[in-house]
Amino acid sequence: MAQGILVFIEQRNGQIRKASLEALSEARRFCSKSGEPLVALLVGENIKDLSTSISRYKPDKVLVVDSAAFAKYSTEGYADALTAAVKNVDPRYVLAANTSMSKDLIPRVAARLDAPCVADVAELRESNGAWQAVHPMYSGKAWGIYEFNSPLAFLTLRPNVFPAAEPDEAHQALVEELAVTPAKVRASVVEVHAAAGAKIELSEARIIVSGGRGIKGPENWPVLQELCDALGAALGASRAVVDAGWIDHQYQVGQTGKTVSPQLYIAVGISGAIQHLAGMSSSKVIVAINSNPEAPIFKSATYGIVGDCFQILPKFTEECRKMLSEN
Amino acid sequence: MKIAVCVKSVPDTEAKINIAPDQVGIDRANVRFVTSPYDEFAIEEALRLKEKLGGETTVFSLGGDEVTEVLRDTLARGVDSAVHIKDAEFDDADPLTTAKVLAAAIKDGGFDLVFCGQQGVGGDHNQVPSMLAELLDMPQSTLVVKLEVADGKFKAEREIEGAHELVEGSLPAVISAQKGLNEPRYPSIKGVMAARRKEISVKDAAALGLSGQLSPDKRKVKRIQLTMPPARPQGKMIDGEPEVQAKTLAKLLREEAKII
Ligand SMILES: Cc1cc2nc3c(=O)[nH]c(=O)nc-3n(C[C@H](O)[C@H](O)[C@H](O)COP(=O)(O)OP(=O)(O)OC[C@H]3O[C@@H](n4cnc5c(N)ncnc54)[C@H](O)[C@@H]3O)c2cc1C
Ligand SMILES: Nc1ncnc2c1ncn2[C@@H]1O[C@H](COP(=O)(O)O)[C@@H](O)[C@H]1O
Repeated sequence: MAQGILVFIEQRNGQIRKASLEALSEARRFCSKSGEPLVALLVGENIKDLSTSISRYKPDKVLVVDSAAFAKYSTEGYADALTAAVKNVDPRYVLAANTSMSKDLIPRVAARLDAPCVADVAELRESNGAWQAVHPMYSGKAWGIYEFNSPLAFLTLRPNVFPAAEPDEAHQALVEELAVTPAKVRASVVEVHAAAGAKIELSEARIIVSGGRGIKGPENWPVLQELCDALGAALGASRAVVDAGWIDHQYQVGQTGKTVSPQLYIAVGISGAIQHLAGMSSSKVIVAINSNPEAPIFKSATYGIVGDCFQILPKFTEECRKMLSEN
Repeated sequence: MKIAVCVKSVPDTEAKINIAPDQVGIDRANVRFVTSPYDEFAIEEALRLKEKLGGETTVFSLGGDEVTEVLRDTLARGVDSAVHIKDAEFDDADPLTTAKVLAAAIKDGGFDLVFCGQQGVGGDHNQVPSMLAELLDMPQSTLVVKLEVADGKFKAEREIEGAHELVEGSLPAVISAQKGLNEPRYPSIKGVMAARRKEISVKDAAALGLSGQLSPDKRKVKRIQLTMPPARPQGKMIDGEPEVQAKTLAKLLREEAKII
């Protein structure tokens, strides 16, 4: 009978995605309670060494698919690897972080194995020893609660929502290689271009400072960037300023941009349209700085400041710098 | 070049969402249904390819009566023909069910390309295109922001975290559109007139050879409840001169929220 959990660990260029470790931690909590096995799957080329750091999140086993065929991502190749791992492990659940790789890969494997999938899960609830998955819908205006009726189900978890466990240096998982030869790869990645400027990935950032039309023009990004640098934050933007050509779409937060859940989201000169809220309303703390006291963003704000962002931001940046240097 | 486009009819993103008395669906009264925004990029890309390479375009949509208007709008933009898949057996289809239904409708059409949006807004699943590619046994590229098609091959640029990925593959293929792929056109008056004369072919489960196979009782995942998200606690407004506001905010973030 299908038992336990298989977690797909995403790596690019030997870098493990933080959100994958969050998924692994969540799976650990479930399996410790139910006493079921937990297996992590790592796919790529020359990645065996990464199994040590994965091991610290306490899977019982790390399955490694390591060959030149997986040096670059291909949907079909990786789907073959994940399918082989599912057949090897026979889990009840397959977990992954909800990233652009997962959006591409996980539903394909689910369809291949005729198994259901709930993506972008923001909460997991237990009922009779099984998971119910909570999936935000209608741009976060409602939450759908899903139950599975299947021996195998796929779930992808929203990054930054599930806490990653403290790594346990002493834990040693069993490491096992799994040999997979992709059967048929008709499309694959040939090149990767890093986006210019983006220093910290939005969907994984702990703190985000976002600018909207209220920042007046692209010449004012440095005012926000200084705050980002002080706080180690990522820069974000509303659609209005992306459409105006002030910044690339990569930075857009919202329904037609990225969904983010940082610890702290600072909205500067953003009115708080429903499509913007769709992308950031699950942030833990929201700060709104806006000159219009009637701006809808204040309804979602943990802390609100009515005022001119150009008067407040430099002083706030200064305050933060001072605070962080004093510790 | 034969091109299929999958289009979903969804509640207008501005719509206020009320939960239906059954606590599982939304109250559809007074909700305006529109083409899912990402599907507009899919439609536009199909039209541009047809204009460049010749061929024909067909739009597929699974849904109830709310789909008709969206199909008319798609035809008005210049898509050649429309298939409306409609059957009570497919009500509230989950992504896997949707993909199976669309695959059954598309598989024997001899299509070189199948376009989808990267996400049907509302459901916000991001699943159907990849599932459809698997069921049609085609390669895929999703979240595509740039596409070139020539000589039975495609080159797609897809958006990933902090980078763009270049994917090359062979046709036939499934492509899902991300914002940035193109600027969708609006239907012209002439297009709207022409669309009135185009026929929408309606297919049910029997016509697709799926009778009884994908009905709600056979589904492997079920939404048991739709709820409002937990309300955010009442926020605090910070008053005073800019200097005082800045100081207070920093202090609250450190001492109360414990973030910086
Ligand atoms: C299908 C669809 C999808 C969409 N997707 C997205 C999306 O993904 N993301 C998104 O953001 N939007 C999206 N939108 C657009 C959304 O509806 C809004 O138009 C957009 O979010 C507005 O951006 P904004 O807040 O920057 O601009 P505005 O609404 O113009 O707000 C600017 C704000 O700045 C304030 N301001 C002005 N001067 C100052 C100052 N000196 N100091 C402080 N504040 C000041 C003003 O009071 C105002 O509140 C979408 C819309 C549609 C229809
Ligand atoms: N009912 C449907 N009819 C036609 N196409 C659909 C339907 N549902 C989803 N799709 C297609 O799949 C894409 C992604 O949808 P989803 O996986 O639901 O987020 C959409 O943008 C459409 O192109």
